[in-house]
Amino acid sequence: MMWNELIVIIGSSLLGIGSAAIGCFALLRRRALAGDAVAHAALPGVAVAFLLAGKNPAALLGGAAATGWLSMASVDAIVRRSSIREDGAIGIVLSVFFGLGILLITHIQAGGSAAQSGLNTFLFGQAAALLPEDLWVFGGVSLVLVLGILLLYKEFALLSFDRDYAATSGLPVRRLELAMTTMIVLAVVSGLQAVGVVLMAAMLIAPAAAARYWTDRLPVMIGLAIFFGIVSGVAGALISASGRAMPTGPWIITAATACVLLSMLFAPRRGVLARALRRKRYQRRAEEENVLKAMHHLGERDGRPMESRSIDEIRAVRPFSSDQLGSALRRLLGDRFVERLADGRWRFTAEGARQGERVTRLHRLWEVYLTEHLQLALDHVHDDAESIEHILTPELEQELQQLLDHPAVDPHSRSIPYTGSAPNTTEIRSGEEPE
Amino acid sequence: MNEPSQTGMQRAALEVHDLSVSYHLRPVLWNVDFTVPTGQLVGIVGPNGAGKSTLIKAVMGLLPATSGHVRLFDQPLDEVRQRVAYVPQRTSVDWDFPTTVREVVLMGRYGRLGLFRRPRRADREIAEESLRTVGMAEFADRQISQLSGGQQQRVFLARALAQGADLLLMDEPFAGVDAATESAIIELLRTMRREGRTVIVVHHDLSTVPDYFDMVLLLNMRLVAFGAVEEVFTNALLQRTYGGRLNLLSEVADLMHRQGRHGREAR
Repeated sequence: MMWNELIVIIGSSLLGIGSAAIGCFALLRRRALAGDAVAHAALPGVAVAFLLAGKNPAALLGGAAATGWLSMASVDAIVRRSSIREDGAIGIVLSVFFGLGILLITHIQAGGSAAQSGLNTFLFGQAAALLPEDLWVFGGVSLVLVLGILLLYKEFALLSFDRDYAATSGLPVRRLELAMTTMIVLAVVSGLQAVGVVLMAAMLIAPAAAARYWTDRLPVMIGLAIFFGIVSGVAGALISASGRAMPTGPWIITAATACVLLSMLFAPRRGVLARALRRKRYQRRAEEENVLKAMHHLGERDGRPMESRSIDEIRAVRPFSSDQLGSALRRLLGDRFVERLADGRWRFTAEGARQGERVTRLHRLWEVYLTEHLQLALDHVHDDAESIEHILTPELEQELQQLLDHPAVDPHSRSIPYTGSAPNTTEIRSGEEPE
Repeated sequence: MNEPSQTGMQRAALEVHDLSVSYHLRPVLWNVDFTVPTGQLVGIVGPNGAGKSTLIKAVMGLLPATSGHVRLFDQPLDEVRQRVAYVPQRTSVDWDFPTTVREVVLMGRYGRLGLFRRPRRADREIAEESLRTVGMAEFADRQISQLSGGQQQRVFLARALAQGADLLLMDEPFAGVDAATESAIIELLRTMRREGRTVIVVHHDLSTVPDYFDMVLLLNMRLVAFGAVEEVFTNALLQRTYGGRLNLLSEVADLMHRQGRHGREAR
């Protein structure tokens, strides 16, 4: 690997560490757009610094930080002193500062010096031009940001969760917010040269947004965000090194976006697929319970609960499609709630009979609850009970029974079965809730 | 300035002197003036938009007063912050925040700890104890988004307990809470009062006022009445609090709001 490429890879990942860490707080405080405003507002600062001091890297960064910080102060002042909300204020500040920046850059270009000034790189970034001494800047900034977060972790967490309570408990919230803003400015400004003002906000937000999908713990989220930041930096640098005309900044952002997309899809619990799976599982369970209920109804009719039933008899109680019924019965067979006889008929096992009765009982209890406690009309309670019967937990069932004082019949005068309602009654499968 | 008075139950927990508060030049509280003795359970009652939440936020310094001042335990707020706990409305925070019940309750200790310092074992034990008191110990490791409304409110109460405050200001603690939690919370508040603490509650259910509170504050932009429940919670005074809008007052408030916009009229 080339020395130059190694520098780009190290630089990009160093860059990812600090911005991803502080980005978690920007995201959680719902100030995701603040980073965008800072990045765009840095442009006039860069231009002014160039006009005053020429192409001095430290001066350019200083200028960027100055106007970036000024933009945050402006947003704050607008929100405080007018009835414009934060999103509006950010929109105004971002475009005004960015417009000013473009104006100045165009002016410098007209003077003929912009090309060699390298100011253009600030628009879209040019990580390929990173120098070894840049690594010290990136590393230093990331170190400061991570140390700052370690030091002020509890304050930042409380400030992000409940600002009012933080203020009343005597923490200096204004100064803490100032510190957080300064850290965001620092993260954004340090990355400008590599990623550019237009894309830098994504470096702040994307790793944090991706990390949020995987965990419900803030420290873990910060750690994961840093991981995603590094992965994006390395991946972006490697991809851009693999071919001509592959700009590093946009590839870093593309990699970060891929992290977000993959997390959104595949994260356990919060991910799209996990949610769909949960919904599917719930639907299946509802189907199974409906079959058990139908078989219980058949037993109620002829007084022989353990009698075997044909597919057609079950479908006469409830219009299942034959696919639905077939697969539900197969699953119930696997769980030993029903057994299949040699003649193709189906019969409850003892546990299946208990479950069939339980679902019926829950349905009828809920109907009693709706008519007696919520004063709903008789003809309005059935559909509601059809969905609630699959959701009620054993604890809620107990509560319901106590509240209603173990009613003997439901509003339609059908008796409510309690034979299997022993304390050890369990659900078919516990814990799955519908979306 | 008064000397800090000697300890004792007769000392005032909260004095509010001629407090007025405005949002964008629109007055929402006018010259509110009252004194709450220690060891009382006080309900703040009034119609929507009466300024109930505004009043306790102004007391806690979250909103600037346009005039008047507040003293707590005979001192300015900054001197006694740890003795005063604010319990915000449950809905004012994002319950999807990535944190656990235990961590939220531990936040009650942050003010005492001050900047940079990490919670110690003693702090964690106090948080645990507070969770037990509100009956939420078994939920300590739960992510807070998994809590019901009533459980969320208990967690907020536990945080105030962990702070170890002598005065609690609670914003609608019974809103959207199940009956079991409501009676559990009021039982806790009664216990705290017996221990000599003072609890001030923004409340919206008039039917429970006589049962829950020792004193009641009737508010509708101005103070209508404040005193013992049996004296103040009367039909006549409730009529004055809720009956019709205080037309003149709110129209003047609107006028002042428009003045602040440099006379630009809406129509």
